[in-house]
Amino acid sequence: MNPQRLPYGYLAAVALLLVAPTLVYPVLLMKIMCFAVFACAFNLLLGYTGLLSFGHAAFLGSAAYLTGHALKVWELPTLAGLVIGTLGAGALGWVVGTLAIRRQGIYFAMSTLALAQLMFFIFLQSEFTGGEDGLQSVPRGSLFGISLSSDTTLYYLVLAVSVSAFWLIHRSIHSPFGQILKAIRENEARAISLGYDVNKYKLLAFVLSAAVSGLAGALKTLVFTFATLSDAHWHTSGEVVLMTLLGGVGTVFGPVVGAAVIVTLQNELADKVGSMVTVIMGFIFAACVMAFRRGLVGEIIALYKRMIGEKVQ
Amino acid sequence: MQSTEYLRVSSLHAFYGESHVLHGMDFTVRRGECVSLLGRNGAGRTTTLRAIMGLTGKRTGSIMINGREAVNLAPHKIAQLGVGYCPEERGIYSSLTCEENLMLPPKVGSGGMSVEELYEMFPNLKERRHSQGTKMSGGEQQMLAMARILRTGARLLLLDEISEGLAPVIVQKLAEIIQTLKQRGYTIVLVEQNFRFAAPLADRMFIVEHGQVVAEIAQHELQEKQAFLQETLGV
Amino acid sequence: MIEIFGVPLPSLMGQLTLGLVNGSFYAVLSLGLAVIFGMLHIINFCHGACYMLGALFTWMAMEYFGLGYWWALLLVPLSVAAIGIVLERLLLQRLYKLDYLYALLLTFGIALMIEGGFRYLFGATGKPYSIPDELTGALDLGFMFLPKYRAWVIGASLTVCLFTWYMIEKTRLGAYLRAATENPKLTQAFGINVPVMVMLTYGFGVGLAGLAGVLAAPTTQVSPLMGSNMIILVFAVVVIGGMGSILGSVITGLGLGVVEGLTKVFYPEASAVIVFVIMAIVLWLRPAGLFGKGA
Repeated sequence: MNPQRLPYGYLAAVALLLVAPTLVYPVLLMKIMCFAVFACAFNLLLGYTGLLSFGHAAFLGSAAYLTGHALKVWELPTLAGLVIGTLGAGALGWVVGTLAIRRQGIYFAMSTLALAQLMFFIFLQSEFTGGEDGLQSVPRGSLFGISLSSDTTLYYLVLAVSVSAFWLIHRSIHSPFGQILKAIRENEARAISLGYDVNKYKLLAFVLSAAVSGLAGALKTLVFTFATLSDAHWHTSGEVVLMTLLGGVGTVFGPVVGAAVIVTLQNELADKVGSMVTVIMGFIFAACVMAFRRGLVGEIIALYKRMIGEKVQ
Repeated sequence: MQSTEYLRVSSLHAFYGESHVLHGMDFTVRRGECVSLLGRNGAGRTTTLRAIMGLTGKRTGSIMINGREAVNLAPHKIAQLGVGYCPEERGIYSSLTCEENLMLPPKVGSGGMSVEELYEMFPNLKERRHSQGTKMSGGEQQMLAMARILRTGARLLLLDEISEGLAPVIVQKLAEIIQTLKQRGYTIVLVEQNFRFAAPLADRMFIVEHGQVVAEIAQHELQEKQAFLQETLGV
Repeated sequence: MIEIFGVPLPSLMGQLTLGLVNGSFYAVLSLGLAVIFGMLHIINFCHGACYMLGALFTWMAMEYFGLGYWWALLLVPLSVAAIGIVLERLLLQRLYKLDYLYALLLTFGIALMIEGGFRYLFGATGKPYSIPDELTGALDLGFMFLPKYRAWVIGASLTVCLFTWYMIEKTRLGAYLRAATENPKLTQAFGINVPVMVMLTYGFGVGLAGLAGVLAAPTTQVSPLMGSNMIILVFAVVVIGGMGSILGSVITGLGLGVVEGLTKVFYPEASAVIVFVIMAIVLWLRPAGLFGKGA
């Protein structure tokens, strides 16, 4: 896409999203948006910092519970619920990040997975999460006096929040902060020798990623009016990796596309094939790794570059 | 001549990833001969040995070892043709003891030296045989790197910078060992920076520049080509 | 009756031996991960799935072929190893030159396929497998009754770990393995077929996981889901102990099993999380791990 034409592309996308609920079931669209935000947050770490977190479900899940609890038990306003969920996940991200970035590479991935499993068991045994039953019938509340109980109304809130989150991540990537993250990804030793406190930047990226993942979880609770253990399960951590990988690691739109494909696929298949869904997810994983590591969006970009004669590495 | 030819490298090109390092190397080594590849740093001498062993990226051209084409073989198949390789960084394993290092390379031919013979040739190794590989001195490590390829029965030895960074007395000892190996009929390719070490040992010398052989000098021509050597190698 | 901190001795010893049994599984599994990591530099996410396959194959051998425990002990690890070798040849070997994360993601995908596939075939409910006749009953040690099967699991696992250690540290094949781990290219240039060694190492590593599965079959409900919980726990064990040392893996595995067993006695609520909590503490105090050689 030509840079000058890019704003038109964005405008067209927003226009399409505004009319979308008349065409597609809004709850499905909202679910896609929640996971798109989640995957974009994850991609900030994997794609732009080079950190593979295998425990991001902990942030989605903790925020889903916190928001649910704030709205249902504390009866706080909707916006406050979203903020609490986001901040809570950010705080958890600070704890997990502080511990996990003490190890590199493969150990980082294993540590995040294990710490997320720790959170899973805590949620399983805690009172406030409702254990195996989860938090049911969370009220959606209202915003500026408008009730959010209608799916279409809620859709526009979710859309606004998702676009803001997307914009925030986009800005972070293109800020000087994002440039430093990329430098760390390319060559950590060089970034250290240039005088950057690499661990501080990694932690900052981790907290930001966790907080935005939390925002996705908080929105998800609003959409479905419940929060369950499956949000915090390692399968969910795997799904967000898959969405990002399928869409294209380190591309701006890849995670969105990946989330849309995976959520739609799960939605279509869940009733028809039962636990074969897991097999299909596993197969897509293997196929992405073996055959197209750039992901859908990455492959399209590479194809476009080849067509205009640019060299693709 | 053809029958006594042991190694023939012809129009050999080699790459490390994208970078093209060897640009058509051509040289031959006769059975029982000792040749030396001389040249400046980065001229492609080490890469030539690595390419013969199959350790570079893509290779094209031809490498005939004792009548067998090796350019498309995997490194372990090349070694099994009877080739012993002593890498520039010596390649002593830190997780193995001196003796384990010595015993590591499997037999690739008959008539290798026995461990007793090797310990006689390199008495230090016997003393240090239970030491961890990389706890030994540079000289001992070099002796070990030489000794371990002599045990395997390899008849073609590719020796990369064996005199580098060693004390004169040890370099002298290595020169004596090479002389002994020549008498025993080994075919030897020496990659050397140290002209004074290589000159008396090599039957012929190949001057390498930009990944190609630019000149060949026989032992008896050394005097008359002094000026040329001065110019190309700075010796 | 003798009590320790208000807990009767037999029940304390019972949990202790149960902890050692679980610790044996952690030890064998983390050992397999470490052997694979040393040679292939990948983290084998489908290790848990291979453990599950070991147990499920044991159950299937009995159910469909009437093959008993001892036959399973011989044949199942071999068949799991064979599956591993096929995976390595077909898929994994194409990823060695890439970033470590691709192999992690590939093996994760394979784990999902194995788990999902067997769940589709057999459902998620556990299948019972009875202890072989020779190993039923208990030994009277005076202060406690030690069930024979627990003693067997601990003994067999330790023997396997010791055997692996001996193979790697003391034999010629082990010297090849250590050399290939340290400098694969040079080792191949000495005439050793390193790609085949890599393949066999992967087969051996997942074969160990399969063996742990066979040993586990009579101690637990055999289910397609038993692998994934196990692998996450073993990852924590590996983060705690590091993958640099064989004895380190074994000691960490057994030790954590015992700690977990004791937690079940004194503070049962925490028994599911204790290993993860210890991991967090180790990350905080000793980031390189207990036996680690740096990150």
